[in-house]
Amino acid sequence: MIFLQQVVSGAAIGCIYAMVALGFILIYKATETINFAQGDLMMVGAYFGFTAVDLWGLPYWQGVIVAVAGTAVLGVVIERVLMRPMIGLPAFAIVMVTLGLGYLLRSLVTMVPGWGTDSHKLTTPYTGQVLRLGDLVVSQEHVVIIAVTVVLIAGLYLFFRGTRTGIAMQAASQNQMAAGYMGIPIRRLSTLIWAMSAAVAAIAGILLAPLTFVHAQVGLIGIKAFPAAVLGGFGSMPGAIVGGLILGICESLAGFYLPEGFKDVTAYILLLAALVFWPQGLFGQSVRKKV
Amino acid sequence: MASNDLRIDHGQDLVLVPGRAAALRWLLIGALFVALPWLIDEYFLSQFTFICIYAIAGLGMMVLLGYTGLVSFGQAAFLAIGAYTAGALETAGVPFVVALPAAGLVAAGAGVMIGLPALRMTGLFLAIATLSFAFIVEEVITRWTSVTRGSLGLIMPDATLFGWAIDSERKFYLLCLGILVLCLLGVANLLRSPIGRAFIAIRDSRIAAQSMGVNLAIYQTLSFAIGAALTGFAGALLAHKLTFITPEQFGINVSIEMLTLVVVGGLGSLHGVVFGAAFIILLPQVIAGLRGLLPDAIANQTGIETAAFGIILILFIIVEPGGIYGRWQSLRRYWSEFPFCKAGSFKRQRSFLKSERW
Repeated sequence: MIFLQQVVSGAAIGCIYAMVALGFILIYKATETINFAQGDLMMVGAYFGFTAVDLWGLPYWQGVIVAVAGTAVLGVVIERVLMRPMIGLPAFAIVMVTLGLGYLLRSLVTMVPGWGTDSHKLTTPYTGQVLRLGDLVVSQEHVVIIAVTVVLIAGLYLFFRGTRTGIAMQAASQNQMAAGYMGIPIRRLSTLIWAMSAAVAAIAGILLAPLTFVHAQVGLIGIKAFPAAVLGGFGSMPGAIVGGLILGICESLAGFYLPEGFKDVTAYILLLAALVFWPQGLFGQSVRKKV
Repeated sequence: MASNDLRIDHGQDLVLVPGRAAALRWLLIGALFVALPWLIDEYFLSQFTFICIYAIAGLGMMVLLGYTGLVSFGQAAFLAIGAYTAGALETAGVPFVVALPAAGLVAAGAGVMIGLPALRMTGLFLAIATLSFAFIVEEVITRWTSVTRGSLGLIMPDATLFGWAIDSERKFYLLCLGILVLCLLGVANLLRSPIGRAFIAIRDSRIAAQSMGVNLAIYQTLSFAIGAALTGFAGALLAHKLTFITPEQFGINVSIEMLTLVVVGGLGSLHGVVFGAAFIILLPQVIAGLRGLLPDAIANQTGIETAAFGIILILFIIVEPGGIYGRWQSLRRYWSEFPFCKAGSFKRQRSFLKSERW
């Protein structure tokens, strides 16, 4: 029973990792950029949620919508201001820009009046409630995280399979130049991708907030979502979800059964081991690059 | 200047110091830095010591990223390994002259350890693998309390050089400067050798290098070993400079600082390492100095250093991707060809996204 309990709470955290990893992968597939500020976007999303719900006093669900929309707008601004001038430059330079952006976001939030350097609590209608399934006691926060992740993933799946824009995005991610020649507006899609990725990050941040409080360093969880994305092959959305779940569950079990200290590094040990055997990730395709 | 650009002999590509004018210039710069302890006060000298140490560490990063094209997010781990090796050995009574090379060797061993599995990875996957390695090392150091004393911290004894105690800031600065110069010369010479040319070939195109007979496995591992060893030396010196080390001092932020150092300094240049180190060390000082000039509402914010760091990093990459050294070179070219330079001469090349996946 304890084992199952650990698995469920691990799966909930794993879903958060999976969502952040999903944000990485959306941007990576569309623009081949790794957004090191993804975790920080998540942190900003959580702050927006806190502002809308606790400072402005909006009802929870409205507040969430405002926060997600606000973060999506921030994503668009970032794409327009920072990423546009970088189109066509080496991938590494773009990565460094997102690193700088992460620093900037982390320090800017501490300067906003009402946010400051303190930790804040985001009030939700479901905090403190538990769901009982036989002997299994699952806190409502975990249930919500898992449920929202499932819905979100189903939505994204349908979007990429069923809509014109989604298919255009897939085309652009497979071959940017060919997609451009086919009349797909690559720049506009890239803006949209950043908005989507920021929105996903905001949802993850708001869901995580009841578990961890809202503070400027929350975004460091993004660094843990990396192994999740890489385990899944960094280009595959189902891979990200499986990767996130594996990490979350292993971490939770390691925290319970292994000596202290293992919990924080499980993700990395697992990742190194996986990379040694599958250098392209579990779901990655291994293709030799043409010269 | 222009006559130096005209190559008439293959030997000119290989020579370390091009011409007598350059030799004189280097001699003067060297003399200035040796005389520095008697010219400025102790606080500023201490900053210069940090610059020397960071430049040595950055040199390791430059060999990896700037010359072999291997992204490492785990330099902090090598720095920590160097620092703790020196710390543990010297606490046990081993003299500094033995502990310093030992720190480099142990770090190089760690570099080979991460370099071997990393052989099959490039770019992104390598970055994440080294990042993971850094986290694991940090955790091991925190937990291995019998050697490292964990988060209690390790107190470093004063370094002694053949019975001569390095007990003042002045002596320690000269020691660091000396080691920096040795390391710079070593790397400069390495880059003139077949090994260095193999590194650069790997950076420019792995597949082309492989086709020309460069053994990727050997050279990539070697690059990791050298990069890690240099960072390990820096770690040992840093431990002495800080006199008290804890695992938290070697977190992910230090790895990112190292990355910033080489990018801001200028990728693929040894000058860039020194410029970048000066940038990383002096930036917080400059910001602290500017605090007094800013309105109170802004100056009292705690996050202002980090914000400035982020903004400057972004601006550098958008405006001057060649780093400080790149800017210096284009300025020099501008003056040497004075009326004939056009804005287009320094325009950046852009290309359609070349996917690494297909």
